Amino acid sequence: MAWTRDQMAARAARELEDGFYVNLGIGIPTLVANHVPSNVNVQLQSENGMLGLGPFPYEGEEDADLINAGKQTITALPTSSYFSSADSFAMIRGGHIDLSILGALQVAANGDLANWMIPGKMVKGMGGAMDLVAGVKKVVVLMEHTAGGKPKLLKDCSLPLTGARVVDMVITELGVFTLARKGETAVTLIELAPEVTLEEITAKTEAPFTVALRNA
Amino acid sequence: MGKVYRDAQDALAGVLRDGMMIMSGGFGLCGIPSLLIGAIRESGVRDLTIVSNNAGIDDAGLGLLLQTRQVRKMISSYVGENATFARQFLAGELEIEFNPQGTLAERIRAGGAGIPAFYTKTGVGTAVAEGKPTAEFDGETYVQERGIVADLSIIHAWKGDEEGNLIYRRTARNFNPMMATAARMTVAQVEHLVQPGDLDPDHIVTPGIFVKRLVQVGPGFEKRIEQRTTRKKLMA
Repeated sequence: MAWTRDQMAARAARELEDGFYVNLGIGIPTLVANHVPSNVNVQLQSENGMLGLGPFPYEGEEDADLINAGKQTITALPTSSYFSSADSFAMIRGGHIDLSILGALQVAANGDLANWMIPGKMVKGMGGAMDLVAGVKKVVVLMEHTAGGKPKLLKDCSLPLTGARVVDMVITELGVFTLARKGETAVTLIELAPEVTLEEITAKTEAPFTVALRNA
Repeated sequence: MGKVYRDAQDALAGVLRDGMMIMSGGFGLCGIPSLLIGAIRESGVRDLTIVSNNAGIDDAGLGLLLQTRQVRKMISSYVGENATFARQFLAGELEIEFNPQGTLAERIRAGGAGIPAFYTKTGVGTAVAEGKPTAEFDGETYVQERGIVADLSIIHAWKGDEEGNLIYRRTARNFNPMMATAARMTVAQVEHLVQPGDLDPDHIVTPGIFVKRLVQVGPGFEKRIEQRTTRKKLMA
């Protein structure tokens, strides 16, 4: 059985390590915050200028001056800090953030990522995504395996890129792949969701990959 | 002559002209100079180029200047929350230059710091780098981005004194401190105008040298929330 969105988020949370500074994208990646293991201490960064994101506020305690990058009201923690957008992206671009988990429209075998525009449709902008994938130490994509029945893990991206050779790992409802950012293209299937067969995931993946299952 | 002005119209008097470039602070509707945006709308100035991370929403923030078609071009990183924007853009009435958010922040910081250009990894190998010079440093490719200096910056701060020293509150800081530095004229709206000595010099984020004019928001000033998100209190 394929993983649910929450199970995908839980699988992504296993990439968190104690002491990590982490930036979570909008959508399924946001759910990762609900699955941080109790023995792992991570600080969440929000690119609008905050480190140490707390949970959503109780009703009546919302503060217009305290939002996350999705413009949602949030709260602070005793360890939180605030800073300008320039400082925020110094953290991101400067390689000080350990992990970024974000969604994708397409990922190519070589690690290219497309997640910001579809030509012919209204373009909303890339926000901080290009800076995150260029600067964060490890980039994990959390996405549905297919869109409209078509594979999203491809030989090449057909959509405009967010970053070239930037993806380290792809987690979908069907399994987990690792990718190589440098050197030869190398896509490796390392995990399958329960009861998902190699035949099924192969049929739904355009990028060629090798198999080295760790959970068999 | 002091830096404190009576109201937003007064603070922008003699500054506005058609075709100028204006930086406007804020992230979403958080930390936006709403009073000054309102005064720009009232002035009727047109053909503006606006540098701002977002374009407001239909009835608030920079959305108010889109409604009146005073904006010719936006330089932004994300404009997804504004249907007026989408309509005018698709009709060819509005130009947009998308910048990655960190590149936008750094272009403004650089402009204010007298740095005409810099190199970044962000956008290398994407449409953002097309037509721009690239260079290799330590085996990696970087793209050149230009600093920006505007004719006018309008910003929002929490507290300010008569000298123009500013302190921001929580995530309402965002683009405001860099924009304060990156224009020939910076006008700040503050929630609280305080006396000299009331701000701890160790806590000042924007020193007064960057701020030419200052106006305090009036009673009834409202800060809007774009995405009110809450959790339920568990009963004991």
